[in-house]
Amino acid sequence: MSTTDFSVTTPIDHVAVEERVARLNKRSIKKDSKIQALKMALSMMDLTTLEGKDSEGKVIQLCQKAKLPYAPMPDLPTVAAVCVYPTMVRTAKDQVKGSGINVASVATAFPSGMAPLSVRIDDTKFAVDEGADEVDMVISRGAFLSGEYNQVFDEIAAIKEACGKAHLKVILETGELHTYENVRKASDLAMEAGGDFIKTSTGKISPAATQPVTLVMLEAIRDYYYKTGKMVGMKPAGGIRTAKQALQYLVLVKETLGAAWLNNEYFRFGASSLANDVLMQIVKQQTGQYQSADYFSVD
Amino acid sequence: MSQTTETKETPYKPTSPNSKLDFASVWEYAPAPESSDHVEIKDQYQLFIDGKFVKPSKGRYFKSTNPATTEVITEFAEATQNDVDKAVKAARKAFKGEWSSLAPKTRGKYLYRIARMLQERSREFSVLESMDGGKPIRESRDVDVPLAAAHFFYYAGWADKLDYAFPGKTPEPLGVCGQIIPWNFPLLMLAWKIAPALACGNTVVLKPAETTSLTALKFAELVKDAGVPAGVINIVTGAGQTGAEIVNHKDIDKIAFTGSTGVGKLIQKSLAGTDKKFTLELGGKGALIVFEDAPIDQAVEGIINAIFFNQGHVCCAGSRLLVQEGVADLVTQKLKDRMETLIVGDPLDKNTDIGAINSSQQFETINSYLEIGVDEGADVYQSKCSIPENGYFIRPTLLANVAQSNRVVQEEIFGPVLTVQTFRTADEAIDKANNTPFGLAGGVWTDKGSKIFKVGAGLRSGVVWANTYNKFDPTSPFGGYKESGVGREGGLHGLSAYVKLK
Repeated sequence: MSTTDFSVTTPIDHVAVEERVARLNKRSIKKDSKIQALKMALSMMDLTTLEGKDSEGKVIQLCQKAKLPYAPMPDLPTVAAVCVYPTMVRTAKDQVKGSGINVASVATAFPSGMAPLSVRIDDTKFAVDEGADEVDMVISRGAFLSGEYNQVFDEIAAIKEACGKAHLKVILETGELHTYENVRKASDLAMEAGGDFIKTSTGKISPAATQPVTLVMLEAIRDYYYKTGKMVGMKPAGGIRTAKQALQYLVLVKETLGAAWLNNEYFRFGASSLANDVLMQIVKQQTGQYQSADYFSVD
Repeated sequence: MSQTTETKETPYKPTSPNSKLDFASVWEYAPAPESSDHVEIKDQYQLFIDGKFVKPSKGRYFKSTNPATTEVITEFAEATQNDVDKAVKAARKAFKGEWSSLAPKTRGKYLYRIARMLQERSREFSVLESMDGGKPIRESRDVDVPLAAAHFFYYAGWADKLDYAFPGKTPEPLGVCGQIIPWNFPLLMLAWKIAPALACGNTVVLKPAETTSLTALKFAELVKDAGVPAGVINIVTGAGQTGAEIVNHKDIDKIAFTGSTGVGKLIQKSLAGTDKKFTLELGGKGALIVFEDAPIDQAVEGIINAIFFNQGHVCCAGSRLLVQEGVADLVTQKLKDRMETLIVGDPLDKNTDIGAINSSQQFETINSYLEIGVDEGADVYQSKCSIPENGYFIRPTLLANVAQSNRVVQEEIFGPVLTVQTFRTADEAIDKANNTPFGLAGGVWTDKGSKIFKVGAGLRSGVVWANTYNKFDPTSPFGGYKESGVGREGGLHGLSAYVKLK
């Protein structure tokens, strides 16, 4: 269905993007609106473990945390999903059964994507067969940077097909794309090729998610929505560690795309250590005091 | 999907007329007011003459209101002929006395001290500026006060380097400078005027605007605390008549005025035939030229800053949007959506984007222009944001379907009102942009560098910003072409307005 010529670049003025982010960061989020936002952030989290040393035991503990983030407050929302490697999908799926929490799996030779397409498709199918509700794929950054846009587009479309009913998140790995114009182009390409979400990073490359990159992607989503009426989701991932940062991201979403995106169907945080800081802030808002970090489980 | 998302059940209420984007519901920011407990506002303020606060000779005072609440916050003394004369005499005495013969580096030392004290008291100054003038605290805190301090720092540096500013010449101070400043940037305009005048060895008599004199008098307290010699800085409050007394005073060597073009013309007439030097910084009707190859989202952000900064009370505001036909619909749609996210309300709330209109008079002026726009057949679009019941507030406004001949396109509205017109070629954009008696500022948005230079060179405008707007820096000269003014302020150029060269 693509009629877009991806060799044409949408201009992005990086100075103005960064100024816009700086201005949005001046929003002061207090009291009720802060508590609401902290809970929202918790409900939008993809609690993630993507390490070579991941084991069943580690994944089981992560899933427990996902279901009950903080035992003294059982009414808090659960996270949106747990995000694991394909071989851990089945374990995770068993653990979160009945909780409403999704299992997301990275696939396509994550994080580099340096494998033949057939292998990446098989990797995707395996994850879906194991029960993944969501697939986080990586694009071929080498091909993208060489100008092989059609190849990248076709690969995303092929992975989308392999996903079946599973939601597809397309990781652009913006830290390797270097310019906002490349980020914009990769976003357009991923959305048109059928991605349900666009996602910044694998978390394995520095810089991972940044706010200016996220703003550029949100604006791409808005333009795609203007053009087609379709809502694509957004997932910044990697490097988001504090509740304050999370609130700043939510402000970006609110003032760029509005309320319809302020839920976990259209916005996610990919993070491993963010949850505890958000929890600590929620407790602070309700009790007026900061608790020791030792009161929050490290999973 | 996860089970607990309160957000999902909320019915969305699209705020935008041309898309389903909804910027109002689900998550609203709670009020985040800046505290005003730490500032002290007296019931009454006196004139600052010869280093002392003195009562006005006729004993008359006028009230000053907070435009966001319409409550009276204090009253200022009305300076009459006698008071202005006293101020000028004090300034002359100081000029003949120690000030002009002071070692230049010592003059610089006083300016540095003022700059540092402004920084130290920045919170107080920004809260007062917002209470007295209605501008959002985000701007007084992040723009007005820091820039005012930056001007003092910048000109402090020049005080002992004037010989290098004018190679081969010997710069000498002019003497006593009469300075009349507007209500839109009270403290910042004071800094623009006083810093270069003092750096060059002059003394000043300054009159702040009658609706916004508070920070000038707080500044007078600071001047006293800084130990600046008596008579070097004199501040007289009052309205137009007080200004006229300054302009017509025989012992003033230079007049510096920032304000409306109408008053500027009056001043120029009064000065005809005298040997007073003058600089005038007057009105504007800046054009924002957006080409189809521009980074559109960032251009929209630039337009927002150009017209809605300080409620549009900016002489260099970009109040005429000229957008290339191919992207006109897209830019308008995005602009409307962006306008829906602007928060209008309490100037002291840290989340406020647009505060109160400065005075009831200006409020009426803007509203009358909105009526003129309707009569001229403009399509009026206003954001649907809520505005406080009391106080002077106007929603951000677009006037589309307007023509070059319309009054709303020709005249300065000085409010949050943007007209929208289209163009086809760069030459047409330049012609339309220049087709105004004003020539203060303009902006160009394009991805192509050569087009920036072509259009920039074609605009008869003192300032042209490229892919940005309303960027200020003490090092950069500022001033107008045509009826937007005479002379330059800021930078090296700003010094030459306060020296005679031998």
